[in-house]
Amino acid sequence: MAREKYVGRSVPRVEDERLLRGEGAYVDDLHPAGCVEMAVLRSPHAHARIVSIDVEAARNAPGVHAVYTGAEAAAELKTITFDIAGMIPDTVRENIDVTNRVNPIPVLAHDRVVYVGQAVAVVVADDRYLAEDALELIDVEYEPLPAVVDPEAALAPDAPRVEAEWDSNVAITLRYSRGDADDAFAKAAHVVSETFRSHRQIASPIETRGTVALFDPDGNLRLWSSTQTPHQLRDFLVKFFDLSPDRVRVKAADVGGGFGPKGALYPEDLLCVHLARRIGRPVKWIEDRSEHFVATAHGREQLHRIELAADEDGRLLAVRDEIVHDAGAYNMLGLVVPHNSLSHLTGPYRVPSLEVSMQVVLTNTPVTAPYRGAGRPEAVFAMERAMDRLARTVGIDPGELRARNVIPAEELPYRTGIVYRDGKPQEFDSGDWPALLEGARKAAEDRPWREESTPERAIGIGYAAYTEGTGVGPFESAKAELVDGGRIRISTGSSPQGQSHRTTFAQIAADTLDVDMSVIEIVGGDTGAVHTGFGTYASRSAVVGGHAVVEAAEKLREQILLAAAGLLDREPAELELSDGAIRPAGGGDVLLPLAAVAGALTPYNPGRPAGMPARLSAEAHHRPKTVTWAAGVHAAVVAVDTRTGEVEILRYVVAHDCGRPLNPMIVDGQTRGGVMQGIGGALYEEIVYDESGQLRNGSFMDYLLPTVAEAPDIEMVHVDVPSPLNRLGIKGIGEGGAIGPGAAIANAVEDALRDRGVVIRSGPLSPSRVRDLLRDAARQPA
Amino acid sequence: MPDAEIPIRVTVNGVEYAETVPARMLLSDFLRHRLRLTGTHVGCEHGVCGACTVLVDGRPARSCLTFAVQVDGAELRTIEGLAGEDGLHPVQQAFHEAHGMQCGFCTPGFVMSVTDLLERNPHPSDEEVLDCLSGSLCRCTGYASIVEAVRLAEKKMAEAGHGA
Amino acid sequence: MKPALFEYHAPERLEEALALMGDDERDVRAIAGGQSLVPMMNFRLATPEVLVDLRRIPELATLEVGADGSLTIGAGVRQQDVLDDARVAATWPLLAAAISHIGHPQIRSRGTVCGSLAHHDPHGELPAAATVLDARMTVNGPDGERSIDAADFFVSYYEVALEFGELLTAVTFPAPAPGTGWGFCELTRRHGDFALAGAAATLRRDGDGAADPRIVVFGVGDRPLRMTEAEAALAGAAVDEAALEAVREAVAGAVEPVTDIHASAEYRTELAAHLAAEAVNDAWERTDA
Repeated sequence: MAREKYVGRSVPRVEDERLLRGEGAYVDDLHPAGCVEMAVLRSPHAHARIVSIDVEAARNAPGVHAVYTGAEAAAELKTITFDIAGMIPDTVRENIDVTNRVNPIPVLAHDRVVYVGQAVAVVVADDRYLAEDALELIDVEYEPLPAVVDPEAALAPDAPRVEAEWDSNVAITLRYSRGDADDAFAKAAHVVSETFRSHRQIASPIETRGTVALFDPDGNLRLWSSTQTPHQLRDFLVKFFDLSPDRVRVKAADVGGGFGPKGALYPEDLLCVHLARRIGRPVKWIEDRSEHFVATAHGREQLHRIELAADEDGRLLAVRDEIVHDAGAYNMLGLVVPHNSLSHLTGPYRVPSLEVSMQVVLTNTPVTAPYRGAGRPEAVFAMERAMDRLARTVGIDPGELRARNVIPAEELPYRTGIVYRDGKPQEFDSGDWPALLEGARKAAEDRPWREESTPERAIGIGYAAYTEGTGVGPFESAKAELVDGGRIRISTGSSPQGQSHRTTFAQIAADTLDVDMSVIEIVGGDTGAVHTGFGTYASRSAVVGGHAVVEAAEKLREQILLAAAGLLDREPAELELSDGAIRPAGGGDVLLPLAAVAGALTPYNPGRPAGMPARLSAEAHHRPKTVTWAAGVHAAVVAVDTRTGEVEILRYVVAHDCGRPLNPMIVDGQTRGGVMQGIGGALYEEIVYDESGQLRNGSFMDYLLPTVAEAPDIEMVHVDVPSPLNRLGIKGIGEGGAIGPGAAIANAVEDALRDRGVVIRSGPLSPSRVRDLLRDAARQPA
Repeated sequence: MPDAEIPIRVTVNGVEYAETVPARMLLSDFLRHRLRLTGTHVGCEHGVCGACTVLVDGRPARSCLTFAVQVDGAELRTIEGLAGEDGLHPVQQAFHEAHGMQCGFCTPGFVMSVTDLLERNPHPSDEEVLDCLSGSLCRCTGYASIVEAVRLAEKKMAEAGHGA
Repeated sequence: MKPALFEYHAPERLEEALALMGDDERDVRAIAGGQSLVPMMNFRLATPEVLVDLRRIPELATLEVGADGSLTIGAGVRQQDVLDDARVAATWPLLAAAISHIGHPQIRSRGTVCGSLAHHDPHGELPAAATVLDARMTVNGPDGERSIDAADFFVSYYEVALEFGELLTAVTFPAPAPGTGWGFCELTRRHGDFALAGAAATLRRDGDGAADPRIVVFGVGDRPLRMTEAEAALAGAAVDEAALEAVREAVAGAVEPVTDIHASAEYRTELAAHLAAEAVNDAWERTDA
């Protein structure tokens, strides 16, 4: 009997019931016996010298177990530096001129603070209430120093230095060029020259960060964290604290959303471990929302001075871009985000000559890190805005301009000349981008929107086309085991925060092994379940984790057949695992249920096959050759109320290539979630600092996440072209939704206001900003 | 005395509890850490995200904006009390079928709000649905599937004869 | 974000509550719904030493229409209860409209009308509604009971005309004159947010012209602002486009909002003008001819 395959079907989620019953185990739900709670004292200054700190009163406050300061941390603990910050493959170095310097992060600020919110001291007390009471008793004397907040201002020669010993605030410089941009610009029929700014945002998962650290009676470290990368966290703790990897177990709790910032490691994680050891009790730290705004990585801030050169028909001849990327106070992750901006800048377009220079600067603000899209939304904002400006200059429809420039399917695979940050040549492996564009245009322009414009209600259409390198390496691990009762447990290095791995990986495994999905249990995010792993971010888990699952399942099947052969006294080749049981090769009745195979391997069984382990287990580590390329085109139709500045999204379309959907329901859900985050950034969300580096909107009252009332209908158009780079043909889908909206909506608003001289250079497009733009444009001489 | 413990009696999901609590203990912390009912989540502690929503005497309340002492004598319903002996509550079931959740952190707050809405207003208008749902934030789903879940729950509850 | 320590009382009688509020050695605050106060306490922006919970005081639960046709809402009455009351929808539709714009059902089911008035966020709907409807505040304190007109009650951001030891115990909305039309408009960035600006208007029709116009704008100053010049432009005239334009100009000239992260001063000014005209227009269309 042929079982219907699971992959490709919208199988309902395995995850839901326990979460719906309120039986989730998020990190704050865990409270080991004797657990105490940590609270953090944070700098109120963007830049200051710490003159003195007095913790006596705090130490004596009710319920306090410890108070720990930067001076003690400086004496006892290393500083934080991530290997990846300095990792630049040789092939990348040959491809770009790059300089890179990394400033280490102190666990607690000692002499100086360099951003508002930086951790200065911590209190550990019986509960968070008492810990916060004690924080108020810590007396810190600061000597404020001049701060630099704007990334362009940070480039000025006389700007305050974030790193005192550095000769500038520049952490990274990067130059790439191909072709002859000067020549192209000299000869071009059309040149567009603009400045666009992608503004600072914060991912804002509904669950903030948190960590619980515990040393068990045998001295083993157990850590639970709201993290996207438990294995990397484990690896870092092992190095930082000189621990043996076998005596450290890190588990991602149920994680209430990640989106990038929970893929980093933070001082608080280290402090929980250090203080748990010192105090001899489990230490829990749960970030509150107010802290989250200053203590968890921000994202998206980038400035582009971009120029396009095109021929009479609008075909691109060259692109030049000078980029300033704001790293915050520390160069924490090196090229991770900036290089993505380079490799995704020109998206799906043919661009013969390209010149990109980038400066990554430090400012007195919290660090920036990947946030859903991780450098792609920033680059796409600049490029897609510039394309619309070019369409205007050339005098053609913006959709048509794009159609003239997208690389056709026949030309794929297509090498751009850029070396991707994994060290491999950037090669677009598959996709039908003209079809994506056409699908988006048809869905969006199914009625003559622009003709429906009135002076009070102006209607416009905007597009954003992008490519997305997904499934980045270096690897992902999976371990498949046949456990009691014939169930199959597969533990992965992938670590979900809502991506539904327990369902999609079970679909993959069930198809691979030809068993019912109910037999499969997927365990993610536990270094105790599988020893190696890399984690979930960068739209990689389906591709890399999914194939590790396939390979581990196949290896397990070999072992199962070997064990069954031993039990049945046959050759493995005479048997098959099909429809949930061992049968004769070619099909037939059940010879052995899986439960029987599992049960028969116990050493108590005298008839057990010789030489076989008591429990069958197989590990696989999937190393992708390089990224596989997803792509999308977003289309937004907006109505702008020209009197109030309100922007209403009338239609939103996502045309998307995910290679091959594992579970269409989940693909759509992930995409829609990403689109709403993008809409948040386009219209509502902005992290605002004043000149002295004070955060002006550090709460949900003033940092505005969109609600259901702000959500348009999002229509999906699927143009899936299977990836030739992996067996399942899949591409990553986690981030695509968030890459397009900033550009698509800005383009649509400008299109709506095309006759009024408004140019949109940054977001968010609040009603006030829109009106201010209209007013300013009206004041310009015609 | 500011740190005096105050005795309260509160019924949660039909079970009566007698506890003494500090006056300043938030209801969210009382439920989660004193009663170990961790299904109610905390996302912001300033009343915007809705993750902490529970029902107090038949009305939705943000437990992060309520002191435990303020609900002395009250009857509370939390996510843990929704499912019955024959399985999930129709609202819970609808969230599952409509794929109305991904990370699940905001879900209990939404489910309690929606349960309250449909019990008092079995056939709400689109506006009423949006008004109710806009009191909770979700970062994962993009909301469309949550709206679908509400309409699916409406049908299920009407078929089962729930609500007013 | 946990609140600081405080002493808690839930008296069953108003006199007890007032006695506690009369403590001149400690910072004492009253709590009813807590939807405005508790967030501030969680941020430790408000750190009262004593909290007096009003929930057990029966006389504060009043929601009644008096013999003179006025509506009295006691300090313990939730916003949602007022919104759900058919009498309010029928006779004080502007009040119902204002409340319906407050946050979300989860806020309204705990928050109280008087609490919102006493808290006085000038971006809030209720202070503006109270001002345009000429509400009267009943205040109880060490010197007994007194009445304060809404026009005198809202002083500045988070500041109202309560003296030391006083408690707002009720608000009374007079019965509107027959045939009064009303308008209430606001603009928010998201559903349920505080308004970027808003306007509330009432007027009657006298022959062909408007009579007794009352126009209040909010979100553009430190309290709800009565637009007397705009009202003067309207009195006796038909509410046509010219009259609305006169209202817009008068409002634009009368307000001086500040620029903040959500909106520029210029934007708030033009928005207040725009919304005032809309509210006036709505009120005109709702009058009985």
